[in-house]
Amino acid sequence: MNEPLISTIDLHHSFHNRGTVLAGANFQLFPGERIALTGANGAGKTTFLHLLVGLLKLRQGEIIAFGQSRKSEADFVEVRARAGLLFQDPDDQLFCPTVLEDVIFGPLNLGKSRKEALAIARDTLSELGMSHFESRVTHQLSGGEKRMITLAAVLSMQPDALLLDEPSNALDDQAKARLIKTLQQLPQAMIIISHEQDFLQQLATRWVRLEEGKLISIPETPQAT
Amino acid sequence: MATQHLEHSGVSWKGQQLGHKHSRIDTLDPRLRIIFTMIFAVVTVFSQSFPSLLAALSFALLSALFARLDYKRTVRRVVAMDLFIIFMLILLPFTTPGDALINIGPLQATQQGLLLALAIGLKANAIILMTLALTGTLNATTFGHALSKLKIPDKFVYLLLFTVRYLEVINREYKKMRNAMKARAFTARSNLHTWRTLGYLFGMLLVRSLERSERILAAMKCRGYTGKLHLVSTMKIQRQDYLFTIIALSLSAVIIGLHFL
Repeated sequence: MNEPLISTIDLHHSFHNRGTVLAGANFQLFPGERIALTGANGAGKTTFLHLLVGLLKLRQGEIIAFGQSRKSEADFVEVRARAGLLFQDPDDQLFCPTVLEDVIFGPLNLGKSRKEALAIARDTLSELGMSHFESRVTHQLSGGEKRMITLAAVLSMQPDALLLDEPSNALDDQAKARLIKTLQQLPQAMIIISHEQDFLQQLATRWVRLEEGKLISIPETPQAT
Repeated sequence: MATQHLEHSGVSWKGQQLGHKHSRIDTLDPRLRIIFTMIFAVVTVFSQSFPSLLAALSFALLSALFARLDYKRTVRRVVAMDLFIIFMLILLPFTTPGDALINIGPLQATQQGLLLALAIGLKANAIILMTLALTGTLNATTFGHALSKLKIPDKFVYLLLFTVRYLEVINREYKKMRNAMKARAFTARSNLHTWRTLGYLFGMLLVRSLERSERILAAMKCRGYTGKLHLVSTMKIQRQDYLFTIIALSLSAVIIGLHFL
């Protein structure tokens, strides 16, 4: 029997100005799965991912990640290393001047030496076919390039799961095809938030919809979003 | 070597596209360049005699030539600084007591005041030129890393590095909003509507920047950030650095020596 990597039990969350977004969300992510997470704008999909890695404070419910119940900030430091979150806006994620510095940021924080971190970063970049971007200045990259570099930055932490928040946002067809191909080849379990049906159809192994604060399983080809 | 692209500029981001040609100065250790800029500034500020100030200015000019600074941009920057102090220079002769030189109406300019103004002008120009030549040719990231190696508190270094990284993003956000305003036929006039709209613009820019900084911190946390940045850079003292140290120290000695002559 496979253990889930991440599961939530009866998760609740609300904001002062937005009201309740999660009301008893139950969820499980198993190894090898690629879950499509859909839902209306403002339904709380991003909130859900941010709760999973402890960026928002857990108030009610339980999050079990990688075999342990997680509650405090210290608990979540490990979760963040093992579940790589890709942000909606790549500019939020790329804060180092050059690409290489950004990719080694994670490994260095995980206590790797400079040499090890550089080796990991170079491997990750070459696996994604982005080796020649090493010394490029991050803010001068195109949208598609930025997306691939943020992915490299997350992958260089060698996570067990990936949480992707609208990864195909603002990408052209070519960049999108490249991203799909890359993601298909990755072994990590994934939760993918997106509003694009064709993008999800090429990746997802299971579909979940966030509606009225709950996560509901839906058939593979939902009629409308 | 190709031209060096700098990631900074005073007002517009276009400064980035303006490079300077590669020079010997670029091969020197960034830490030494910062240290000697400071030594030069201190020595120049404390010099009182005109021979030593003229020597300082000529050394600064020579360094600027040696660094192959972009001519137009350097002049623009030096003039910008001069405009900053020009009123003080004009007022000094009239406010310093001493021997009368000329009278304009009830105002009296003194010789001592004029000399003082001249000395200050020389000092300021010498120091700004040397700064542009030695540290102005560093790109902002290297400058930050060098400061960190010189044991400047991390907070200041991070402040600098993040400013460099996000200046462009904030500028883009500003332009985006400016265009959105133009798209709805906004033109700046001197009326209350204009001031209120510009107030909204800058207020919104602040709010957006604050929110973005929160998202950036979140993204950093996701990659294991717990309060310390690991800056990666290799700086090594090389042969040309010893030569530079000897030259810089002897030129400083010349300035000090001329002061006591």
